Amino acid sequence: MSQLSTRHLLGIKNITQEDVELILQTAANFKEVINRPIKKVPSLRDITIANIFFENSTRTRLSFELAEKRLSADVVNFSSSNSSVKKGETLVDTVNNILSMKVDMVVMRHSSPGAPHFLSRNVKANIVNAGDGTHEHPTQALLDAFSIQEKLGDVAGKKVAIIGDILHSRVALSNIFCLQKLGAEVMVCGPITLLPKHIESLGVKVELDVRKALQWCDVANVLRIQLERQQIKYFPSLREYSLYYGINRKMLEELDKEIVIMHPGPINRGVELSSDVADSEHAIILEQVQNGVAVRMAVLYLLAGAKG
Amino acid sequence: MQKRLVLDEEQIAITLRRFCHQLIENHDDFENTVLLGLQPRGTLLVDKIVALLKEISGVTVPSGYLDATFHRDDFRRRDLPLKANETKINFLVEGKKVILIDDVLYKGRSVRAAMDAMIAFGRPQKVELMVLVDRKLTRDYPIMPDYFGVRINTLESQYVIVEWKEQGHEKDSIWITEKDKS
Repeated sequence: MSQLSTRHLLGIKNITQEDVELILQTAANFKEVINRPIKKVPSLRDITIANIFFENSTRTRLSFELAEKRLSADVVNFSSSNSSVKKGETLVDTVNNILSMKVDMVVMRHSSPGAPHFLSRNVKANIVNAGDGTHEHPTQALLDAFSIQEKLGDVAGKKVAIIGDILHSRVALSNIFCLQKLGAEVMVCGPITLLPKHIESLGVKVELDVRKALQWCDVANVLRIQLERQQIKYFPSLREYSLYYGINRKMLEELDKEIVIMHPGPINRGVELSSDVADSEHAIILEQVQNGVAVRMAVLYLLAGAKG
Repeated sequence: MQKRLVLDEEQIAITLRRFCHQLIENHDDFENTVLLGLQPRGTLLVDKIVALLKEISGVTVPSGYLDATFHRDDFRRRDLPLKANETKINFLVEGKKVILIDDVLYKGRSVRAAMDAMIAFGRPQKVELMVLVDRKLTRDYPIMPDYFGVRINTLESQYVIVEWKEQGHEKDSIWITEKDKS
């Protein structure tokens, strides 16, 4: 198969296992491209892409922009802080105005879950979800899966523990869908207040003790505590969180095996990961960032090639 | 389906050997020469040429695989996008004499895309093209091979199929068939 089953990437939940595999295979080709002396290919030279970010982002936005430029697309950037959104314009109006300037694809981050789905029903362009509230962040899950595949050879059969603020994490949800589609076993671990109710109905194991989670897993994907999304206190203090759920070198040394540490960034050093772990040979955090460009190139390339 | 044999196993073997001797004549000791097989079907051919050159002259010529999928001019214009293959080039082509190798030269568009893709690895001193089959009446671009096994007249309604034992076929052979009209 050489084509995605969809013309939008809204989430991992609604794409097929074949789609995920095609994206990862194509990403491997693009990883080779971005390590060439000339890192650019002309594939999307007749395409214009708008990056519309209604929420703050450093890595994802830069990564998308680099991916777009490496594919030779024309890129326009938009952030809500200095736009007419502040004057009361609706989402559909904002995007349709941008599209009337002949934009072919929209990469959007929004704080409301479902915003890209809504957009995909109301505008003509291909939509890529770059994170919608606490719902999904599909390209992050794809790049995490790609990084695991690259590091361990395969995702199928691997045990992956997602540790931290599961309740507010779009990365966690997309990762669960993506890893399960590829045949991995998934566990979530965190304080009970930061685990969504009925999360086990997604077919994941639930663990409250981080040491047991580390002992079980081949890969620990450690998430940030999203204080900006927490309206109430879910745990007494960051210090206490760090004491019970922070991962440090000593904990890794106590394990009788090697595990891979991942983090989608930005890291709160000293909270969920100590610096000596974040900078250790176990961590593939910077590889994840590099793979992010390749995976996003693959997504944009395949969506642009999709018919219809 | 009607099939017409273009080259049989013995003729292909003679052709590959002739290619090697032509290359030795033009590239001497291969000091500054590299071979690039075009994905997907030129890769087997480049491996065969490298092995044969080693056997004949004792020289191992640097070689690689080049995929031009991302440089094609028909992206978004085909019904189904092409699937990318691996590019495997462990050297720069800067200042080198490059020989691009493919099985069949048809419209010339793949070779154009391949030259575009190749430039990402540097500016070569010279580029040559080697193909087993040159379909001479179907070209869209002004591209001609420097080395060809056989030059044939074909119609757009026909396929040229190259079969290799390595791919599970009984014998190495090259055929012309009619495209399925259904």
